[in-house]
Formats: sequence, structure tokens, C-alpha cells
Amino acid sequence: MVTLLQQLLIGLTNGMVFALVALGYTMVYGILELINFAHGDLFMLASFLALTLIGAFGLETAGTAGLVLGLLAIVVLSGLFAAGLNWTIDRLVYRPLRNAPKLAPLVSAIGVSFILQNLGLFWGGLPMAVFGGGNSAAAPKSFPNLVSGENLLGPGAALRITAKDLMVVISSLVVMVALYAFVRFTRLGKAMRATAQNPLAARLMGIDVDRVIGATFLVGGGLAGFAAVIYGLYINTINFQIGYQNGLYAFTAAVLGGIGNIPGAVLGGLVIGFVRASSDQFIGAQWQPAVLFGMLILILVFRPQGLLGTNVREKV
Amino acid sequence: MPDAPQSLRWLRSLRRRPELLIVVALFLYPLLPVLDWIAGGVFGLDLQIGGNLLNVMIFAILALALNLQVGYAGLLQLGIAAFFAIGAYTTGIFTVEKYPFQLGFWGALALAPVMAGLAGLVLGAPTIRLRGDYLAIVTLGFGEVVRVVILNMENITDGPRGLNPIPPPWLPDWLAGAIGGGDSRRVGFFVMYYLALLVLVALVVLFRNLERSALGRSFAALREDELVAACMGINPARIKMIAFSTGAAVAGLAGALYATKLSTTAEPNTYDFTYSIMVLCCVIIGGLGSLRGVLLGAFVLLSFDNIVSPLITKLIQRAVGFGSTNVLLQFSNWRWLIFGTALVLMMRFRPEGLWPSSRVKAELHHEES
Repeated sequence: MVTLLQQLLIGLTNGMVFALVALGYTMVYGILELINFAHGDLFMLASFLALTLIGAFGLETAGTAGLVLGLLAIVVLSGLFAAGLNWTIDRLVYRPLRNAPKLAPLVSAIGVSFILQNLGLFWGGLPMAVFGGGNSAAAPKSFPNLVSGENLLGPGAALRITAKDLMVVISSLVVMVALYAFVRFTRLGKAMRATAQNPLAARLMGIDVDRVIGATFLVGGGLAGFAAVIYGLYINTINFQIGYQNGLYAFTAAVLGGIGNIPGAVLGGLVIGFVRASSDQFIGAQWQPAVLFGMLILILVFRPQGLLGTNVREKV
Repeated sequence: MPDAPQSLRWLRSLRRRPELLIVVALFLYPLLPVLDWIAGGVFGLDLQIGGNLLNVMIFAILALALNLQVGYAGLLQLGIAAFFAIGAYTTGIFTVEKYPFQLGFWGALALAPVMAGLAGLVLGAPTIRLRGDYLAIVTLGFGEVVRVVILNMENITDGPRGLNPIPPPWLPDWLAGAIGGGDSRRVGFFVMYYLALLVLVALVVLFRNLERSALGRSFAALREDELVAACMGINPARIKMIAFSTGAAVAGLAGALYATKLSTTAEPNTYDFTYSIMVLCCVIIGGLGSLRGVLLGAFVLLSFDNIVSPLITKLIQRAVGFGSTNVLLQFSNWRWLIFGTALVLMMRFRPEGLWPSSRVKAELHHEES
């Protein structure tokens, strides 16, 4: 029972990170019907930026006040970085292909994904102390353990809840509520929903669709940048390939929840987090990709509209 | 123009079909490795062009398989490496000493495409009706599942070590003696080389005829407008299944050749997502649905990896001194930056590929106007 509860908790924290990344996939897909393969790698680059900034600010030796301020600055900076990068990629790569056959932006996204991964490899080769002095660019980088991982219930308790877990869950919830409020109550959010429903009709109603799409990439990128900092602080190790696998898991979460559906992405993220935690516990960590991708295939075959999605016919 | 004498007629057919020249050159090369002699004699380099040509041909067979699925039928398949791996491991399981089957190379060569084709049927049956981008994700997921299963079923697949040694092709003694004169490695190479060439030429002829057949026209109709095609009496799911499972079978055949050439299945992580994307790069850069384009793509990509990239790394290291660990100085580290940029630029400026088929080119430019 305690094991199950513990897996549920691990699933919740991991799932929050997946959900944040999944939101970026789902928002872009909702509007463009494009699987943005590069999204996971954006997340990876933002985590490299966060690590670089931790080194530059000297946070490993800072006091509590400095640490909090520094982390806030890092969250803002990596969010801005990922948002700006995502927007730029859309502007340069996807936007010229808006009227091209669907295959074209998808293949471009795969290309961008590989470019970003390669940049991550080079970034890891920087001669900085936080990167291990640039000895091996491809090696995993250890992300300093800045938030306490001590059990809040006392050292002997059967269940383990740490300050880290609380940080992940609470800060992610705050961001998700803010996102929901943004999409639900602001003019731009309303424009996004309208564009997702029907781009042509939205254009006829006077919505600048290109601007809305740009804003969607900004918001999705910002969420990925935020998720990257949280991920680094929680998992404590990053490498240039984390974007590929976590991105695919997050995409699975988005599909599971019903792609294009914002609450669905959060629900999907939590389910994926829990399935991953229990498959690691009861089946074995080496089977993790097979379990999750097998699940993805089954969802797509039996319930392609996802848990919360409605059945959308392919546009002719 | 006077009629050429009877004996020179084949020369004229060469002029009409310049690609025959390439086939003749490929046929003669292992017997007269001119370029190897020049490279060895003049520059002192061992380029092993014969071996590299064999690699190119096996890769080209795999690329033709993917072209059948992506280029002809318009199914975006991101997990071709899985079917390649199934072919390779079928060959491994049915030939290595560890197992009682020991069919030998020729038996495995017949069995590998059957197994890979069956895997294609099993995966395709429930998923082929999914919309394009979902099918892409399903095949990607399948590729990962196959890789992880092969990696983890250690008691069957030997896990990360791969199954080996896979025996070279068996030939009757008199034939082997006539070819290699007792040098078994030489015999193995010759058999693999000419077999790959034969398979490649056969596939090219087959696919060229396919393009003009009823089935080939159904592919084009489906690519251009699935709804209209369905209204004209084409069954989309059936046509797509034919392309998907046949492509899978051909990929399995390539896998059998690959594993036998290496005499091991290699480690399972060889057959990962990046390998699938590499084959996709080759098809897209060469030209979707264009036979000559895909062959050119295979040649360009493998020469980049096996000849250009090591050569540039060697030059850089000679310039800055050996033993440098800087990640930027290993040219192979730039590989994905270059391929990724190539994919992006091709999609933007030349989606039909370097050497396109006129039909696909017209389709891709039709929607822009």
C-alpha cells in the first residue's frame, strides 16, 4: 500500500513535468495540426541554459535568500530563452510552410529537432566547471542539488515526501492555473481558442492568425523553459538527449489527454507519470520505453481522440 | 543515319539508357578496383571502395523500401529501422550455432523478408487507417518498442552483444574455389556484393514497372487526394497495406544482407530512431518517389559518413594536432546539425528532392499556386 502511494507521489511529480511539456505540444497541435518534434529539444536546451546560469551566478555556494532570488531569475531567463527560440523557429521554419503539404512542416520539425540536439551536444562541451570542465561533451551533466531532498515526514517514515516534491507540484500548479486563466479570460487567449477551432473563420472575424500562432509558440516555449528548470532541480542530471525521450513521453501525454485539449494534457501528463513510476517499480526500468510507447500505440488505435478529446474528423 | 552493325546494337541501347553504364561499372568494379589502386598507389590511402559500395547498395535497398512506403504511398513511416532489425535478427536466430535451426544464409535470406513483412502486417492492420501524423507516431513508437524488446530479451537475442557469428553465404565447393581460390573472406565478399547488386537492380526494375502499373497509379491517386481516389473505387486501406507490408519485407531483406555482411546483428541500439531518420533523410534529400533520387541520396549520405566525414576529421586533426578532445573538432559531431539543416532547407526550397520524379514535383508545387 505504501509502495503504491509512493509510486503515486513519484508519478505526480514526474507527471507535472510531463504535463508542462505536453502543454506546449498540445497548444501548437491544436492550432497548426503540427507535431512539433523540436519541442522536447527546446526543453533540453533550456535545461542547459539553466545549468549554465547556475554556474555563472555561483548558486551552489549562495545563501538561502540569494538561492531563491537566483532560481527565480533562472526560471524567468530560461522561460524567456525557450519562448524566444520557439517563436524564432516558427517564424523561420514553420511559417513559410503554412500552405505546404502536411509532410513538409513535420519533416522540418524533425530536422530542427536534430539541429537543437546537436547544439546541445556542443553546449555540453563548454569549458565550464558545472559541465565537468568540458571533458566529454556527450556525458550526462550533474545538475546541483539546490533544493533539499530530505524527507519532511522524518528520516524513518515509510512514505517519502521532500521539499523538492512540494516545489515541483506547487510551482507547476501555479503555472497551470495561470495558463488556464490566460487562455480562458484574456483577449489573446480567446483569439487562440478561436483560431484552434477554425483558423479561417478566426481570420474572417479580424483575428491576426499569424500573431496568435506566434503567441502560442511563445507560451508553449515558456512552459518548456520553466519545466526544464524544474526537471533539472528534481532529477539532478541532464544530457543532450533528454529532450527526445521526455518529449515523446510528453507527446504521449498530450495524445492520451486528447490532443489540442489543455486540461487533457495535464491529466495525460499525470497518467503517464504514474504509469512510468509503476512500470519502473513493478516491471523494470529497462522496459520503460516499451511500456510507454506500447501504450501510445494502443491509445492511438483504440481511442485516438484521447481521454478528454472529442472525436474530430480529419479536415478534407 | 545508317544502321549500326548487329554487333554494336548494345552500344546504342547503352546510349539510350545511361543508367546501364552505372550497373556495368558496379558489376566490373570488384574485378578491377581501379580507384582503390589509384588511391593506394598515388595517395597511400586505403579507401576500401568495394566494401563501401556494398554498404551503399544495402542501404539503397533499405531506402527503396522506405520510398515505397513514404514516396509512393505517402505513409510517413518513422520506424523503418525496426523492420531492418527484424530482418537482421531473423537471420541471426536462424543461422548462429547457438540455435538448432541453422538454416544457413540462403534459408535466412528467404525467411527474413517473410518475418519483417508479417511484422508489417501485424502493425499495419490496426493502424493503417490512422491519419498521417498519427501513423508517423505509431511507427516511431513501434521502432522504439522493437529496439527495447530486442535489447532486453537477452536469453534470445544476446542483448547488447548482438547475435554472432553469422556464417558467410554457403556455396558448393567447386563454385567457391572458382571464385576465391580458397580465400573464404574473398568468396564471402564477392557473393554479398553481387547478390546485393542483383537485388538492387531487380528492385529498381520492379519499382519502375510498378510506377506504371495499376497499383502504382493507385498510389499516386491516394497521395494526391485520398477522398477522390476512394470515390473512384480504390480501397485506401488495402492499397496502403500492400505498400506498408511490402516495404517492411524489403527492409527485412536489407537487414538479412546487412547482418550477414557484418557477420553479426550488431548491438540493438544500431537500429534506433536516428537510423530510421537517416534513411528518411536519404529518401527526402534524393527525392520522394524518385528511384534515381533515392539511389543518389543513399550514395551521398553514405559517402558523407564513410569517406568525407573521416577525411575532414583527419584534415582538421592534422591542422590542430592530434589528441584534441574539443567536441567541435570531431567532424562526425556536426553530422546531425548538417542533416537537420539539410532537411529544413530541402522542405523549404526544394521539397521534391535533389533529383525528383516529375510527378511528385508537380504534386508538391501544385498546392502552392
